[in-house]
Order: sequence, then structure tokens, then C-alpha cells
Amino acid sequence: MNMFLETLIGGLLAGTMYSLVAIGFVLIYKASGVFNYAQGSLLLFGALTFVTLTDQGVPALGAIAVTIALLILTAIAIEKLLLRPLTNRSPMTLFMATLGLSYVVEGVAQGIMGSQVRALNLGIDDLPIFLGDIMISQFDLIAAGVALAIVVVLSLLFNRTRIGIQLRGVADDTRAALSLGIDINRIWQIVWAVAGLVGLVAGLLWGARQGVQFSLSLVVLKALPVLIIGGFTSIPGAIVGGLIVGAGESLAETYIGPYLGGGITPWFAYALALVFLFIRPAGLFGERQIERV
Amino acid sequence: MSEINLPAAAEPVDPVGLKAVGIAAAIAVLLAAPFLASEYWINAIIVPFLILSLAGLGLNLLTGYAGQLSLGAGAFMMVGAYATFSLQLRVPDLPLPLALVVAGLIAGAVGLLFGIPSTRIKGFYLIVSTLAAQFFFEWLFLKFPWFYNGNSSATIALSRGLSFFGLEANTPHGRYYLTLGIVALLTLLSFNLIRGQTGRNWMAIRDMDTAAAVIGVPVFRAKLQAFAVSSFILGIAGALWAFAYLGSASVQSFGLTRSYQILFIIIIGGLGTIRGAYFGAAFVSLLPLALDWLFQHVFGGHVDAGLLQNIQKAIFGLLIIWFLIKEPEGLARLLGLQRAQGARRRLFPS
Amino acid sequence: MTTSAGPALEVRNVSLSFKGVKAISDLSFQVERREICALIGPNGAGKSSLLNILNGVYIPDSGEIVFEGEHFRRMQPLEAARRGIGRGFQNNALFSGMSVLDNVIAGLSRKSRVTLVEEAFRLPRALSQEKAFRARALDVLKLFDLEKHAETVVGTLPYGVQKKVEIARAIVARPRLLLLDEPLAGMNAAEKQEIAAVIARLNRELDLTVVLIEHDIGIVLKLAHHVVVLDYGRKLADGPPETIRDNPDVIAAYLGAQHAEAVA
Repeated sequence: MNMFLETLIGGLLAGTMYSLVAIGFVLIYKASGVFNYAQGSLLLFGALTFVTLTDQGVPALGAIAVTIALLILTAIAIEKLLLRPLTNRSPMTLFMATLGLSYVVEGVAQGIMGSQVRALNLGIDDLPIFLGDIMISQFDLIAAGVALAIVVVLSLLFNRTRIGIQLRGVADDTRAALSLGIDINRIWQIVWAVAGLVGLVAGLLWGARQGVQFSLSLVVLKALPVLIIGGFTSIPGAIVGGLIVGAGESLAETYIGPYLGGGITPWFAYALALVFLFIRPAGLFGERQIERV
Repeated sequence: MSEINLPAAAEPVDPVGLKAVGIAAAIAVLLAAPFLASEYWINAIIVPFLILSLAGLGLNLLTGYAGQLSLGAGAFMMVGAYATFSLQLRVPDLPLPLALVVAGLIAGAVGLLFGIPSTRIKGFYLIVSTLAAQFFFEWLFLKFPWFYNGNSSATIALSRGLSFFGLEANTPHGRYYLTLGIVALLTLLSFNLIRGQTGRNWMAIRDMDTAAAVIGVPVFRAKLQAFAVSSFILGIAGALWAFAYLGSASVQSFGLTRSYQILFIIIIGGLGTIRGAYFGAAFVSLLPLALDWLFQHVFGGHVDAGLLQNIQKAIFGLLIIWFLIKEPEGLARLLGLQRAQGARRRLFPS
Repeated sequence: MTTSAGPALEVRNVSLSFKGVKAISDLSFQVERREICALIGPNGAGKSSLLNILNGVYIPDSGEIVFEGEHFRRMQPLEAARRGIGRGFQNNALFSGMSVLDNVIAGLSRKSRVTLVEEAFRLPRALSQEKAFRARALDVLKLFDLEKHAETVVGTLPYGVQKKVEIARAIVARPRLLLLDEPLAGMNAAEKQEIAAVIARLNRELDLTVVLIEHDIGIVLKLAHHVVVLDYGRKLADGPPETIRDNPDVIAAYLGAQHAEAVA
């Protein structure tokens, strides 16, 4: 039983990290209807920039400021050079364009800052904590706390601020929002920047744990099943989806893995997502699309 | 036969028969190529170019013609390669050509299986199913030694080499002609499908799938056919990649990067065109050479291989975006060989 | 299947809603065999949604469809096509990357009997079917005077021409019930007359039952044998054109609102 609980809790905590990555996708998908495949590369770009700056002796605060500024500039550039020319194109075209974007970001970031693995120390000890007999990673706990804080901040942002309300307007009914004079291009810039910042946080946490390297960008592949399960348009969906995938992977590896020779984590989340797709194609919290002909 | 010649869409009129001359010239060049090019070019550039073209063709049938996005091209290539290996190993009486066909059929069946979700989900959602294939087969073929016959390096290679109806094909020329023959045959068959009922069904689904179902296009069946045919071709391309080009292959030869590469080939070459796969593959094969040459001769220095790879990556990314924005029909249209009339068409209308 | 007497189509107590918003409420009406029935009503009245239910694109919340004596809780798109329900769409749902001829031949898909292998190797059966399909599609194009556009990529043609291609595609497989969503929209007066004449002729010569949505009241009253008026998903009136013209409810709800509408 303890082993089960430990596995479950470890999985749930890892799942909050998936949620954090998935939230970046949801923001962008809601505002611009794009499944942003480059989210993983932007996450890598943010973490890599921060590490490179601190390695050069820039103090952490300054490094964060520069990184954030770069992410905002990147968001503006993406909006102007990619989203705007592709307005009204199909979701699939947009998706493929972000796949291209991920290559650009990765190529440029690694071309300038190098491809080797970089250690990142956030000053968080990864010591285990014991709750009774159950061992929990302190780092995971803090990461989960950060993820939770971001969710709270984002919901405040979207429910209380003018920009947030405008964003929700754009997500609900783009045409109506346009006719009300909302500057959709600026909304896109803001959303991509916010998604970049959320990605930065995820990138730093993830990077602190496994080093800042190319494989960070592959978290995009983890986020996809999370979004399928939770629904592309829902932040609560991203959180629940992340927890389901995290817990599911962890339990499956422990209890099913041994029968299959182990190492099933890379595809298990996808198998789970496919099952969900057949039961609830729109995801747990997503909205069903109505076809118009 | 010519009176029933039915182009998939309007083709420019060609009163002088320029096309026939062009095709004859192309065939002559293709047949003579081994005597014109160095062994290095045949082994390292022309053969992989042909195989990548074939893979691009396979994916283009699914993605460019039937409108079903796939990030799992590598998985179906992998299935074809491992199936060929197993067949040659365990059914030694089966000649290589038949083994390739059976391996293609196995890959086609696997593709069909992973295509089933396409009947429930659309657009980029479908990448879940194809990525599932990608990760699953990477795991499967690495996890169980049966698939690579317990080889200590977990690689597969044909112990008897390549032979085609008694003809040895282990020389560069042999590999070239073997590859060329298979690629040409499959291109012809694909072309026939595209301009017939199957191709029409696929394009109808791509252009407007709801309307297609309403006017009586068997959407379910046509989508599965697209997955099966595409994977059949990808499977054979995978086998060629492993045994006619690499010699010995592993799971890494068909990783996610390979899937992206094949997708990029058809985006750059031209979605929904047969020749697009060739243009795209040529581009992908030649760009690294061109960049290398550029750095050697123009910037006059040796550039770190890692940096070169990153530059290449960024250039590919930029080109993908540029083509999607400006020219969804890719090089096939840019080079002016595409249909004369007709404004730019939008692939994947929403 | 076709021999049973009674109406061609019966809509019985059909309701449909999207995310809780009613699009069609408890709608019932009948369409007799070989009649042209016009659905009219302001935008948002649920007309297109109804056609989508008949084609199986939407699933009604309740009610049933009776087509040629057979009862359906819901239709499947392919099943509807197989049973002979043809359809033209409101905002041209043509296959924009294909030629006019290929678009029309696509309407024959369900009649195809050749296998993939036969096509790949161009075996005799595939070739003869292709030839037959092509001839049949060209015949239908002639009906609309479209042969000259046969090889043109359809997305490049003007809207009015595209509308004709749509009708051609809908009738090429000889449906018994033809559903048309604003077939005359975006055409000039002469073109409207021409298409209305073709619809009347198809109805007469092929015994084709037609249900169409149209905003041009002048044409509707001349062309239709039977008019059903919808407003906010409910049936407002149902009867021959003469009685509809004089119905005060209709005048208030629909004819008065007509000018405010954008005819796409």
C-alpha cells in the first residue's frame, strides 16, 4: 500500500510539471487556435538563455530580466512574422508552421549558446521528506507549489484584468471581439509572451532536475497527451490531464511495466490519450466543436 | 489507353510533346547515372535521395492527398525494415522482392491499425495516434531481442546481402538500380491511384471531409486505405533505407527526427504533388552539402559540425514557415512545373 | 423499398440544440413524392440545421425522420447518400483543389466497384469504370452548360459557377431526394432563372423530390409546390405557395425581415 501511495504521489507531483507545460499550450490555443509545437523549444530557449547568462557571471535577477525581455521580443516577432501571415489558415497549417518554428528556435538557440548539457542550480535541495512511511521528493513538492501558484496567478490575470477579459472574449468569439475593437494582434503577442514565461518557469524547474539540454524541448511530446485528455481549451483540464498522465505513467511503469519488459513510459501516455480520444474526443474539459456546412 | 487518360486535375496543354521528350531524357539520365557519378555520390547521396523520395511519396499520399497529418513516418519505415529483416532471416526461401512486398503489407496493416483513430479525430489531433506509433515501435523493436535476432548491438542487417531474382545487388550500381526500380514502380502505381477514384476520394476528404461524407464518399474506408497505402510505401522505403543505404540499421535510424524529415520533405517539395516528394528529397539531401561547401569555400574555414547542424536546422525551420506562408505547393510549384491554370490552392482548408 | 406509398420524407417532432441553445423545436412536416418543397425563414431559423439532420451531419436531440417509409432516429451521412439523398451546401462545400469534372465524379464515389489494386495497376475494370464515370459526369455538366470548365480547378471559378457545380455534384448519382441550401444565392436574375428552370426540369423529368432553402421569395413562390416557413426553430406556416403569401404571420416574421438580411 505504501509503495502504491508513494508511486501515486510521485506521479502526481511529476504530473504538476506536465500541467505547467500544458498550460502554456492552452493559453495559446485559446487565444490563437494554434497547437504550438514550438512551446517546448521556447521553454528550452528560456532556460538556456538563463543558464548561459548566469554562467557568464550575470546575477540571477539580471539574467531573469534579460531572459524575460528576450521572450517577450520573441513573442512579438512570432506574432508578426508567423501568426499574422497565416491568419485564417487551417489549424493543421498553423501546426506545421510551429513545427518549423521549433526548428528555428532550437537551431538558433543551440547555435549561439551551444548544445552541451548545462547544470542549473536553483538552490532547491532535492532531499526526500517523509510523511509517515511515505517518501516524497522535496524538489517535486516545491515544483508542484510553483505550478499551483502560477495557475492561481493566471486565473486572477484572466478574470480580473482588462487584458484577461479581452483574451477570454477573443477565445469565445473572435469575430465579435474584433468588431468590439479589440486589437487581436496585441492579444496574441501578450498571450505568446505569457506562455513563454510559463514555459520559462517550467524550463527552469525541469532544467534544474535533469540539466538544461535539448531533451527539454521534448516536453512538448508529454504535453500533447495531457491536452488530449484534459481538453485543449481548458486550464483546469490541463491541470487534471497533467495529474492523470503523471500518476498514470508512474503507476503503469511500476505495476504494468514489469510484465512488458519495462520502459513503457514513452508511449504509455499516448496509449492513454488514445483511449480518452475514443471515449471523449473533446477531452474532459474541452468543448465539442460544431461542424458548419 | 491514351483516350482514357484522366489527369487528377487540369494539366497544361503540351502540343509539341515536350513532356515526352523530357521524360525520355530523365529516364536516360537515371539509367546512366551510375556511370556519370562517382561511387561516393551514388552511395552517399543519390541512393538515399531516391529512398527519401519514396518515403516522401508515401507520406504525401496520406498527408498531402488525403489530408491526414502524420508524425509517424519513421515508425512505418521501421516496421518495414524490421519485417524485411525477420522475413529474410526466418523465411529464407522467400526471395527478397517478395519479402519486400510482404514487409510492405505488414507495414500497411500496422498503418491501417494506427489510422483507425482518424475516423474519430481530425486535423492535428491525429498526430497523437501517429506519435503513439512512433514511440511504441521504438520501444518494441529495442525491447525484444527477437526483432533484431539477439544481436549484441541491437542492429539489423541482411546476412545474405541484397539479391534480386538471382542477381547480386551488393555493389553501388546494384543498390542503385534496385532502389531506382522499386521507386519507379511504386511512383507509377501511386500516380495511377491518385488520378483514379481512390485519389479523388482522398482529395475530397482533404478538401472538405464533412461534405465528402454527405455526397457519398466512403470516408472511413478511404482514410484507412490512405493509411494502409502510405504505410506500405513507407515500409518498403524503410527496408531500402536500412539495407540498400545504411547496410545495418537500428531503431535510431527511424526515430522522430526521421519522421520530421519526411514531413519537411513534402512541405518543402509540395504537399499533394507526386513530384514534390522528389524535389523535397533532393533539397534535403543537397542542402547539407551546399552549406558545407559554402562554409569551406566562402567563409574559408572549418566549422564545427554541431554548429553546422544547428544552422541547418534553423534554415529548415525558416523554409518550412516560408513555404507554408507563401507557397503551400512547395518547390513543385516554384519550379514552374505545376499545373498552369488555377490560382494557388489552399491545402487543408479549415 | 421505394414502392411503399406515402410521403417521400417526413420530419416528426424533431428538436436540435447546440450547447443548450435550441436551434429546432419540435418540428414536423411532410414532403410528398415528386414535390418541390421550399424552406423559408430568416437566418438562424434552423433551416440549414434541418438539412444537416436529414444528411446525418447533426444528430437530433429527439424526434425521427421517415424517409421513403423507413424510420430513422438519426441518419449517417454515408447511409443518407446511399439511400438517395443528395445535397448542395450553402457556402460551397466543393473540393477546392480538384477540377470541376473530378468534383462531379466524386459524387459517384459510392457507385464505385473497383478495388485499390485494380486501380493501381489500371486493370480493365478500373479503366472502364473511369470512362463510364467521366462520361456520366460530363453529361451532367452539359445540363448546366459547364463542359468548358470541366478541367478547371474549381476553387478558381466565380461563385455562381461554383454553385452550379455543386448542384451537378449533388445530382450526378441520381438521388431521389435532393436537398439544396440556397442554390440561387449570389447569382444574377438571369442565372437564377436558369438554375430554377434546371431544378424544375430535374424534378419533372427525373421524378426528383426537392427540398430547398431559398431567400428569393419571387422564385420560391413560382418554383415550389409546397412551402414551410420556419422562425426560431419552430414551424410558422406550412402549405401551398398561395396560402403562404397571404399568411399574416409570415408577412410579419419573414417578409418584413427580408430586407435586413445579407444574402450571401
